[in-house]
Amino acid sequence: MAISETTRAQMREVLDRYPRKRSALMPLLHLAQADEGHITAEGRAVVAELVELTEAEVTAVSTFYTMYLKRKSGQVRVGVCINSLCAVLGGDAIWDALVEHCGVGHGQTTDDGAVTLERIECQAACSHAPVMTANWEFLDDMTVETAKQVVDDVRAGRQITSTRGPAVRTFEEAERTIACFDDGLTAEGDHRDDRMLAGLRLAQGNGDAEATARAQADAAAKGR
Amino acid sequence: MPLTPVLSAHWDEADSYTIDGYRRHGGYTALGTALGRQPDDLIQLVKDSGLRGRGGAGFPTGMKWGFVPQGDGKPHYLVVNADESEPGACKDVPLMLANPHSLVEGVVISSYAIRATHAFIYVRGEVPHAIRRVMAAVNEAYSAGFLGKNIQGSGFDLDVTVHSGAGAYICGEETALLDSLEGYRGQPRLKPPFPAVAGLYASPTVVNNVETVATVPYIVNNGAEWYTSYGSEKSPGVKLFAVSGHVERPGIYEAPMGTTMRELLEWSGGIRKGHTLKFWVPGGSSVPLLTEEHLDVPYTYEDIAAAGSMLGTGTPMVFDETTSVTRVVTRWLEFYKHESCGKCTPCREGTYWLVDLLRRLENGVGSEEDIARINDVSAQIAGRSFCALGDAAATPFPGAMKYFADEIALGAQNAASDLYDPVATTVLAGVNA
Repeated sequence: MAISETTRAQMREVLDRYPRKRSALMPLLHLAQADEGHITAEGRAVVAELVELTEAEVTAVSTFYTMYLKRKSGQVRVGVCINSLCAVLGGDAIWDALVEHCGVGHGQTTDDGAVTLERIECQAACSHAPVMTANWEFLDDMTVETAKQVVDDVRAGRQITSTRGPAVRTFEEAERTIACFDDGLTAEGDHRDDRMLAGLRLAQGNGDAEATARAQADAAAKGR
Repeated sequence: MPLTPVLSAHWDEADSYTIDGYRRHGGYTALGTALGRQPDDLIQLVKDSGLRGRGGAGFPTGMKWGFVPQGDGKPHYLVVNADESEPGACKDVPLMLANPHSLVEGVVISSYAIRATHAFIYVRGEVPHAIRRVMAAVNEAYSAGFLGKNIQGSGFDLDVTVHSGAGAYICGEETALLDSLEGYRGQPRLKPPFPAVAGLYASPTVVNNVETVATVPYIVNNGAEWYTSYGSEKSPGVKLFAVSGHVERPGIYEAPMGTTMRELLEWSGGIRKGHTLKFWVPGGSSVPLLTEEHLDVPYTYEDIAAAGSMLGTGTPMVFDETTSVTRVVTRWLEFYKHESCGKCTPCREGTYWLVDLLRRLENGVGSEEDIARINDVSAQIAGRSFCALGDAAATPFPGAMKYFADEIALGAQNAASDLYDPVATTVLAGVNA
């Protein structure tokens, strides 16, 4: 693998988003991973040249952040949130089951190169616990069974789809999105699930939503 | 207390995240109003509204804006802290998924108020779908003429850059976030100088949380009086409460400040059937836990502080009687150890020691000296590190000791998994059978 011409062009585009070159370092590292799946010597060198830093300075930054990888992942990085709330609600049980099911541990990849398991921290989806991710797309309200199904599907080459998000693509494609390049998937995945709408539906049912809207209209009409 | 969906009022519409969905309900009308007023008037309006930072610290937003020196000849920056990573916090990511345009409109108005012409939205890297929707909202706003040069003929220019993090909790700390945005390791800076004076690129910078900024258009449209008609004098307004844990219906509940946990529990269907409340945490793992006796404490900065905790992110985690408090606290400390940036010795070394000691208690091989040492190490960390991560790491254990000292002491002889069946505590269908 190498850093492609397309990616180099995107890297130059990223530089224009910031008043100072060095600020582009993090998205450039994400872009390097979009081509190579992890941070390689070449990726470091290309990025260093663009932001006018030494490779040592780039390494100092890339090794600080856990999303920049030292080795290539399987096709799908499957993360299980093991922070306290998810762990208690089932994350630990899911993790143990997946380790047994896949025969690999944290940061390791299955023999067929399909799945890399990862213990991950809080994903800002606690109302949907236990939470997992697949190449960083949400897998909400998981169980041992649905977790195993995700892994089985990936290993069998079947497409998996995130909850509140799109069909899960490769790790490399996800990294290009994270570097803030439009992938055309904004409209995919419905955000409207029971957790997201819990309060709103209750408010609509008991008239609170209307009362809130009326209070806003009255206040606006009274002038500011 | 009623529910008050404002930010979340239209999340049930499939296109609520698009510019059309947002404008259908008055979106971007506040922008026109704001650009017709003097920037200082807007700072005063937000001061009058009493809006306080929703990221956790609760600092008055208008006052923060007012600290930015004007006429200093330097560029000013607005940086939105969208690095939501606090264990238990899950309100900003849902907001960015469902209503990103309120954030973008808030960014334009806030930038105009502090005279910034470049704003950044720093989103944590692990949430690509939120990144997509924020990016799309920014692009739509450019196309509609709400961003870019001479916005709505006002003469005001603003560019917005969406920036992704790369998996470091510490970057939610505002000065670490700024270092990260400058392309460095995300390590906190010593304050003062505060970002309002020397922030991004050593220029005056306001760092505000997503929910804070997204609230601004609603205040501009409805006035400060409307906002202060909710909540208490010191903690006005409405808030996205995100309830998680052992409740029947976890989820997002937008309600006035001053709502109680008892009301939130009622709305979320109460503790799951057949179980009882053991403890709850008002706003992220960095604030001390509370118990049944605090259910009627109003969710205001001042009342929760008086009860011995902090409002934090306002996203309560609820745990029932099947939960081992030792296990929960140990796991939080493992998190702080993992996320300590390593800059300050007390935090870097202290979290390492705390995890070591807590694991002994969790595994039933601890001792009374361990408990004393944990308290001692916690006290050595608190107040002795640059940023709040150290203080946060020193918080869970003393907080738990206050109400569960007997249970923690059992860790001298009993493994947490023997005292509290790890299967019974899950919500996994079929596993409990």
